[in-house]
Amino acid sequence: MSAFLALVKRDLRLAVRQGGALGTALGFYMLVVTLLPLGLGADLNLLSRIAPGVLWIALLLAALLSLGRVFSSDYEDGSLDILATGSLPMELVVTAKALAHWISTGIPLALMAPVLGLLLNLDIGAYPLLVTTMLVGTPAVSFIGAVGAALTLRAYRGGLLIALLVLPLYVPTLVFGMAAINGLLGGTGTGGAFLILTALSLISAVLSPLAAAAALRVQMQ
Amino acid sequence: MQTLTQRLANPTRFMELSAQLLPWISGAAAVIITYGLYLSFFVAPPDSLQGETARIMYVHVPSAWLSMAVYALIAVSAFGLLVFRHPLADVSAKAAAPLGAAFTFLALVTGSLWGRPTWGTYWVWDARLTSVLILFFLYLVLMALRSSIEDESLASKLTAILALVGIVMLPIIKFSVEFGNTLHQPASVIRAGGPTIDAALLTPLLVMAVGFTLMFVAMHLKAMRNEILRRRVKALQLAEVERAQGQLAAAE
Repeated sequence: MSAFLALVKRDLRLAVRQGGALGTALGFYMLVVTLLPLGLGADLNLLSRIAPGVLWIALLLAALLSLGRVFSSDYEDGSLDILATGSLPMELVVTAKALAHWISTGIPLALMAPVLGLLLNLDIGAYPLLVTTMLVGTPAVSFIGAVGAALTLRAYRGGLLIALLVLPLYVPTLVFGMAAINGLLGGTGTGGAFLILTALSLISAVLSPLAAAAALRVQMQ
Repeated sequence: MQTLTQRLANPTRFMELSAQLLPWISGAAAVIITYGLYLSFFVAPPDSLQGETARIMYVHVPSAWLSMAVYALIAVSAFGLLVFRHPLADVSAKAAAPLGAAFTFLALVTGSLWGRPTWGTYWVWDARLTSVLILFFLYLVLMALRSSIEDESLASKLTAILALVGIVMLPIIKFSVEFGNTLHQPASVIRAGGPTIDAALLTPLLVMAVGFTLMFVAMHLKAMRNEILRRRVKALQLAEVERAQGQLAAAE
């Protein structure tokens, strides 16, 4: 357990001190949301209607940016080999790194969403809901993303390939994230979508380390 | 006592067996598809509501079935590679991916052409259409991952892991997009309580489905044979290079 925590702490420290990673994701998030009204026209009614969807999609794209680095920097400098030969099973290494990715990227992006919601004329009453669904849904983004990062570790153009590979797998997260917000906002009583979103995050936290660890083991041989 | 899969683990034996089977399977596919096309164009009555356009069903439905069946085959092959290290499993998975993508594409295109006269639009963001489109993307991603990793045995293992991740995710994706409403008609052939489709339409459909499946099996076998031959040529070339290097080293 202490090795697990140490790994999470190390990854978080690297995310904060290496600089760039978090700032890039947040900046990208902000820019995508800024470009959309410029492209769609500044109709405030339209914007407030599509705001939750825009914020969710921009969040997925922004989270993708930093996913490529989850394993590749450790692979390049050899620390992944040391982790692989250490006492911590590979599955837990993946869990620790995905958890660190969620804390360093998923949470800041989710907390940033209300600020961007202001730009999109999103109803202020919806902010707690938006942030809650995003906080609940983003673990799935990090954990499913970790599988993509592990699979493309030694691929050419890994950065591009990871987007192709992971985005189709984000469909359920996006659909249920949106359904949870719309259901709770519209009052049509689909709080079920929120529970399914929670389940998606929990299932991906259990299953994706298995797949990602298998992929890493194949490549470390 | 060896099972058939164990016996086929020897590629030479597979080459012999497939060489014998291939002409029969391709011949049967050609005959059955010709008969099925005759049935669907001249024997089957036009649909009472949709008229002649409903005939596109005889191509659309078998393609859609195959698009899912081929993914299942890829997943089984991936399992066979990762768990049993069966030498033909990877050949099978690699050969099936482009074929599955082609059938999925065919299902999407024929469905789109069918949708224009019946729904009035080429594309709707309906649950079934969306999940088939995502299945198509998954096929493309399988091929993209394989082609972007240089080491072939590594590429095949990683692609197999991705195929298994895909088979876990596909039902969830399907469930998620079906969360909304769907414009597509519900399944009418394979359902509890027997088919709701009339026998006059069902017979040509089943004939076409059998014909398409045989066509897939024939193309899959041929593609597997080509892949095995390609690997042999590559091994021979590598051996040649090594021999030349050995001669060079000896001359120095």
